[in-house]
Amino acid sequence: MDAGQNRREHMNIVIVGHVDHGKSTVIGRLLADTGALPQGKLEQIREMCRRNDKPFEYAFLLDALKDERSQGITIDTARCFFHTQKRQYIIIDAPGHIEFLKNMITGASRAAAALLVIDASEGVRENSRRHGYMLSMLGIRQICVMVNKMDLVDYDRAAYEGIVAEYGRFLKEIGITPEGFIPVSAREGDNIAVKSGNMPWYSGPTVLETLDEFRAPGSLDALPLRMPVQDVYKFTHGDARRIIAGTVETGALKAGDEVVFYPSGKRTHVNRIEPMRPDEAEGVASAGWAAGFTMTEQIYVRRGELCTRACDMPPKVARRVRVSLFWLGRTPMAPGKTYFLKTGAAKLECRLETVLSVMDAASLHRVRKEEIDRHEVAECVLAMSRLCAFDDTGDLAATNRFVIVDDYEISGGGIFAEALPEAPEELRSGGCAWRTGDVAPEERAALLGGRPRMLLISGASAEDVHRVAASLERLLLEAGQSAYYLGVAAGADAGTRAATLQALPERARLLMNAGVTLIAAAAGLTAEEEDALRMHVSSDRAETYWVGDGCPLDCPSYPARDAARAIMARCAGQPRG
Amino acid sequence: MEHLDQLEARSIHIIREAYSQFKNLCMLWSIGKDSTVLLCLARKAFYGHVPFPLVHIDTHYKIPEMIEYRDMLARKWHLDMVYGENARALAEKTTFPDGTATRLECCRLLKTEALTHTLDGTWPRYRMNHDTGLYERDRNTEPYTGVIVGVRADEEGSRSKERYFSPRDRNNDWDIGDQPPEFWGQYKTDFRPGTHIRVHPLLDWTELDVWEYIRREGVPVVSLYFNHGDGLRYRSLGCWPCTKPVESDASTLDEIVEELKTGKFANIAERSGREQDKEDGGGLEELRKGGYM
Repeated sequence: MDAGQNRREHMNIVIVGHVDHGKSTVIGRLLADTGALPQGKLEQIREMCRRNDKPFEYAFLLDALKDERSQGITIDTARCFFHTQKRQYIIIDAPGHIEFLKNMITGASRAAAALLVIDASEGVRENSRRHGYMLSMLGIRQICVMVNKMDLVDYDRAAYEGIVAEYGRFLKEIGITPEGFIPVSAREGDNIAVKSGNMPWYSGPTVLETLDEFRAPGSLDALPLRMPVQDVYKFTHGDARRIIAGTVETGALKAGDEVVFYPSGKRTHVNRIEPMRPDEAEGVASAGWAAGFTMTEQIYVRRGELCTRACDMPPKVARRVRVSLFWLGRTPMAPGKTYFLKTGAAKLECRLETVLSVMDAASLHRVRKEEIDRHEVAECVLAMSRLCAFDDTGDLAATNRFVIVDDYEISGGGIFAEALPEAPEELRSGGCAWRTGDVAPEERAALLGGRPRMLLISGASAEDVHRVAASLERLLLEAGQSAYYLGVAAGADAGTRAATLQALPERARLLMNAGVTLIAAAAGLTAEEEDALRMHVSSDRAETYWVGDGCPLDCPSYPARDAARAIMARCAGQPRG
Repeated sequence: MEHLDQLEARSIHIIREAYSQFKNLCMLWSIGKDSTVLLCLARKAFYGHVPFPLVHIDTHYKIPEMIEYRDMLARKWHLDMVYGENARALAEKTTFPDGTATRLECCRLLKTEALTHTLDGTWPRYRMNHDTGLYERDRNTEPYTGVIVGVRADEEGSRSKERYFSPRDRNNDWDIGDQPPEFWGQYKTDFRPGTHIRVHPLLDWTELDVWEYIRREGVPVVSLYFNHGDGLRYRSLGCWPCTKPVESDASTLDEIVEELKTGKFANIAERSGREQDKEDGGGLEELRKGGYM
């Protein structure tokens, strides 16, 4: 065996299909016919079969787990390795049982191409269609359909062609053009690695030949830069660097580039792509690389922002979005409940505002309903608690996708279709229903001469914080800006303080909607408290300042006597649009 | 991107994700080649720093060179080094080498139990004091909620079912039948109080990938992996009573890589020198459900 002789190219392939249509046998056969089985493993399984008095089957190779063997179905995604002359393959076995769709998605999302297995004797089944649909939703465009167990239908051409016609129609409906259909018998080895003598009527390629025809994903370097900020590193031990870290999803970045962060809109220049090894002068920041850079002008950004280049097409920024999503949760996705949406490195609270339509992924039937049940695919409107940066084109796949977290679990995934304007019902809260006028925020900002901000003031001393907030209010009013100082009372006990901080965002939003800059003050803010307060405001409209020494937050700090003027100067120096 | 670069980038992304999402994070360091590669990936992810503790479970049956090597690197790289152990089993001599436990029972006591109680902080942890170079009882007894582990999917059957972020419940159980979905680079980083997450950045690596990376990056590994003239080397490191060297003339990294690519090991399972794997059909899976790495 020449394992790894040609290691230039690797490709992940997922294998999907209805339960018992023979996926595991296909994999076992692929491994055996390419000489990819480690000696120890085959003996181990043979020994196990002998002891349990079962005939050896290729599928047992993959059933390495006890509870799997007892149930007789593949319950999770297992990985196997084999190679052809062209490249090394990692084949991901995705289970066929309906309850395990989340495992199939886990496997398929790592793959560049898919093999879909249909039993020639059973024909197209529910999961044949559901899996095909999920592959399209997951963005996998290279699909080869294997019509398996041809030996059970006496290698009958008509049986094969009936399935090709039926499933080909379905794929066409969901916009997939398969690389091809292949009649195979995995058990007998027909058309897997070698052409079958049992089906002279089939002149197409074998499965291995088709795999080698799949194209590896091309370079994403030429696309607009999308680098979700995963973290900002500032280490001690004499290392002064402040490094913006993240994985480059698309595009490329180099020293000197001007970058813009979304949704905040903050800008700076790249000082250096930081090298990961001390013996390198500069690191790499192109598509696929985990990267990090230092900035020429220090700005405060945090995890969750999306870094792009100033010269690139900007992402969309919105709080309300139209999406299509698939639901995996045990309880339906329902309006009124709070979920988390994760995209890139951002995590935002979100609600299901409206379900536009729901589709059964197996039948493609669309219905109108209020909730989204498990394994359904829906078009819907989501409303997030704050602004989110994303892309609405499949070319920028990574930033076009999101997942939904419900009760600690990833329970759904979806694709951003469109940014939507703010809804008037935003003020609906606490059991009340309000009505507002028709002045858009931009219009109000233009009329008032600037959009309002939230200035969050904290510090170790409650007295200093109060003095700074009060003078800042005066300075802003004297400069002709609407400002209002609302802080946590100095003597408040812990419970009162927490309750006040919790009540602050709603008041802040009301004031800011009215065009007033809010000076929110509370001594001794923790990073979590700061996050909770800022979460409701777009990050380019919120700033945090620390009064005095020992700042525990990632924000500028000033001595008490200079703070109000320094903050005022910073406000004046920033665009007010 | 080259294959090793792709693997490296994904692993670093996962390590960074874990660091950003878990307050009490640690990395398990078995001193073997895989977890040492993991350690070097962390040093790249954080630009020369390792911003979380490295936890080693000391069975006291490790090959002595491994412990010397551990402490040497901990001092050199200024690592926040922590170890834990099953003091009672060692004191009561309920171990396989003492003849009072089977290999699997011994693994469960010295590794799984020691690990469980070291992670949840209920048994003493010992932390290196870099001023003295000695270990002291660690005052921090908070449970680790994120644990980075160097398992690879190609090692044996049960590991091929793992997720990058794999939840463990209060009893440390791994529910293989009901694992969270994991797609589009989004991981399970939300967890119920009392549970923790195992993080597996090396899941997609093969044994050959690991050796090629060690060669490319100059990752320091214990010399036990090399033949020193007696025609024997270790392919997988563990406790000396249960780990046997394999017959091999490979004495350099090039020779090890070559041996894996074309030589006799191409068809032999990596853990074939690990005796505990052979005791029972699903032994390792049972151990792993209980927390074994």
